[in-house]
Amino acid sequence: MKNLTARLAAACLALAAPAAGAAETPKHGGTLTYMIPADAPPSFDGHRETTFATVHSIAPFYSVLIRVNPQNPASTTDFVCDLCTEMPKPTDDGKTYTFKIRSGVKFHDGSPLTAADVAESWHFVIHPPEGVVSARQSYFIMVDKVEAPDPTTVVFRLKFASNAFLPGLADPFAVIYKKEILDRDPHWYEKNVMGSGPFKFAGYDLGQSIKGVRDPNYYHKGQPYLDGFTAIYAPKQAVRIDALRAGRADMEFRGLPPSARDELVKELGDKVVVQSSDWNCGNIVTPNHKKKPFDDVRVRRALALAIDQWHGAPALAKIANVQTVGGVVFPGSPLAATKEELEKIAGFWPDIEKSRAEARRLLKEAGAENLSFELLNRNVDQPYKFVGTWVIDQWSKIGVTATQRVVPTGPWFEAMRSGNFDVVVEANCQGVVNPLMDVGKYLPHSAYSENYGQFDDPEEIKIYDQMVHETDFEKQRDLMRQFETLVLDTHAHAYQTLWWRRIIPMRSYVKGWKISPSHYVNQDLANIWLDK
Amino acid sequence: MHRYIVGRVLLVIPTLLGAAALVFLLMRLIPGDICVVRLASGGGTFNAHAVELCHAEIGLDRPILVQFFDFVYGLFRFDFGLSMWSGKPVAYEIIVRLPVSIEVALLATIVAIAIAIPLGTISALKQNTWIDVVVRTVAIAGIATPSFWLGIVVILGVLEVTNIFFGSPWMPPIDYVPLWQDPIRNLSLVFFPAITVGYRYAAVTMRMTRSAMLEVLGEDYIRTARAKGLIENLVINRHALKNALLPVITLIGIEFAFLIGGLVVTEQVFNLNGIGRLFVLAVQNQDYTLTQALVMLTVVVFVLCNLAVDLCYAWIDPRIRYA
Repeated sequence: MKNLTARLAAACLALAAPAAGAAETPKHGGTLTYMIPADAPPSFDGHRETTFATVHSIAPFYSVLIRVNPQNPASTTDFVCDLCTEMPKPTDDGKTYTFKIRSGVKFHDGSPLTAADVAESWHFVIHPPEGVVSARQSYFIMVDKVEAPDPTTVVFRLKFASNAFLPGLADPFAVIYKKEILDRDPHWYEKNVMGSGPFKFAGYDLGQSIKGVRDPNYYHKGQPYLDGFTAIYAPKQAVRIDALRAGRADMEFRGLPPSARDELVKELGDKVVVQSSDWNCGNIVTPNHKKKPFDDVRVRRALALAIDQWHGAPALAKIANVQTVGGVVFPGSPLAATKEELEKIAGFWPDIEKSRAEARRLLKEAGAENLSFELLNRNVDQPYKFVGTWVIDQWSKIGVTATQRVVPTGPWFEAMRSGNFDVVVEANCQGVVNPLMDVGKYLPHSAYSENYGQFDDPEEIKIYDQMVHETDFEKQRDLMRQFETLVLDTHAHAYQTLWWRRIIPMRSYVKGWKISPSHYVNQDLANIWLDK
Repeated sequence: MHRYIVGRVLLVIPTLLGAAALVFLLMRLIPGDICVVRLASGGGTFNAHAVELCHAEIGLDRPILVQFFDFVYGLFRFDFGLSMWSGKPVAYEIIVRLPVSIEVALLATIVAIAIAIPLGTISALKQNTWIDVVVRTVAIAGIATPSFWLGIVVILGVLEVTNIFFGSPWMPPIDYVPLWQDPIRNLSLVFFPAITVGYRYAAVTMRMTRSAMLEVLGEDYIRTARAKGLIENLVINRHALKNALLPVITLIGIEFAFLIGGLVVTEQVFNLNGIGRLFVLAVQNQDYTLTQALVMLTVVVFVLCNLAVDLCYAWIDPRIRYA
């Protein structure tokens, strides 16, 4: 164990070393082979799909307007231009954003990329034409229209100023398509790839792999460093671990559990490095407010008070992809609660015995002392089943008996949508950290279609609306605390459990890539190089 | 004989119709919605309109009877429609993956026959000797061992052994290339799943060969052949084995049919992009059209394999003639 700990530390230090000393000079050449932990994506259309399988497949072929800084992807506020020339300052009381588009950018078919392409692509995301599905339309409720007054200018006009707009604009799924193709066939990009990104499409073996080759005309001069890449679809974790070990692949971009990390470090030593980060994903446990006794806020609060997040975190982090205790906002965000603020909320009290005593009192008062129910969970090990088993154990400490029913994804969604559950383990997994949009998951179904708690809460919606419209950071933060307290404590609509932990082991010759809190972000491979 | 073959082929039709109705109904009984899974599984948000659009795109907004008749009518035209998940033609989804499964199935069959028939025969000839005990133990181990577990152990074993002997671990490739493009890479990928699957296949066949041989060796005509002074090799190969092969051929045929589309877990373990893995994907995603087509394919494969087995009977045993 000591030896493994030392190796783990070495693997992480090896990663930090270049930052400490002189920066390494990227080498050109080579082909990156990475694995996509999924079967083939349903389509190649980033606007339509929500699965990482799509973005891991297509991101290298496309450009975006702005993005999370690839040199600083851990930051939740550092956005930089990709196709634009500089990040604009909003005008018109924060309601107008004017972007100047780079000149000389070409699509891979040789045609020039202009502001019209950018505007039309965004039009498809925000106001999709009839018959076109946009998965992220609701993130842009603040946008009134998108215009391209000339070939190098794109203007976003908002209905109201909002701090949620820029992070939303950095969405890695919002890739830029060619207007001419969209006009001709709005569904063309579902089955075809043609972008302006660092790599050109080189082939797709259905269900097997997708390949790209370097675009020598890429507008970020000097990049990409790689000659090409091959992405292999490999849904089984054991296959991916063995492939990394044997050098059949260089890395994967989603994340492996702690046991896989430990195994690879033990077997490969300094041939592997590990990057890890808090993940903008977390499991939420949601009681069905329409089922007794969960219609009683005392019962709901009791279940929250029973969970010992602070002591559970270090223990679970050894076996599951979870680590950080946090409220409704991603822990690394400026809008997130501090530890002191969290400790005031039910489910985060520092004294767990006091918390559980209060839980028992509430159950007794509500006449639900020997509460027994079924916890519905998704049939995914990491970390759903670990979290489910853990919360059941926590509830047992206050005399509550819960059994876990695990179902595949389809029936899980169906049970949630039809309200056919007592309490459910679900997840809130978002892309670019955008707290104002990300916490929308906690809104009642009337305001957010993917909330399954079967409740309504006008007070919560009012606070949320104020928060989204508020541009002063301190006031917004204060509103977020009110929102968080209402959701997790006062009305106890749901329980935010531990935030996920993203662990990426990769071969040590892979350089240039830095982990971010989202497995959707920083996937264009432009800054990756191979030190071999 | 031709009338027999045509009759057997025509019997596929009612079989297919029955299977079609069953799979159509069973798939729609599973709770869940492919559009919700597709739109929501990545954690994104979507509205009811997006789900409605998706339903309209893939035809789920039509009455259930219309969907069924459309499916059956498509069967007769060999038009299986589009995959509800990917939007690609179902036939294309299957054709791309079929070569992998067929190659593994064929290789596994060759491995099985090459091992099972000689060992089963020897085991029968050396009944109750240590050779028989060893062969039977190997056979029972093969039947008892799940092939997917064996596959995982084989990969781990190869990794460890190559690490020890060559200083760095090796494993088969995880992406498929056709045999004609790169024979060495292709065979290094399919060799291990073929061995893994072939072992279990061989174990079952070995047992059948042994018991069939034992039965035949006890027949009067074998005693007569030996009494006439025929050398033992001729007795076994010309008289005994040919008659013992009939039930063995049945088994080989059924097992082969199972291998096309049945290697669900093995294909996952070895990352083979075959029909078995496609089956899992189709069911998980609640892709009705793709699942229905795969079930139809399985039915057709089973029926054709059984027909091939019956025709082999007639070839091996002249006493069997089909009217």
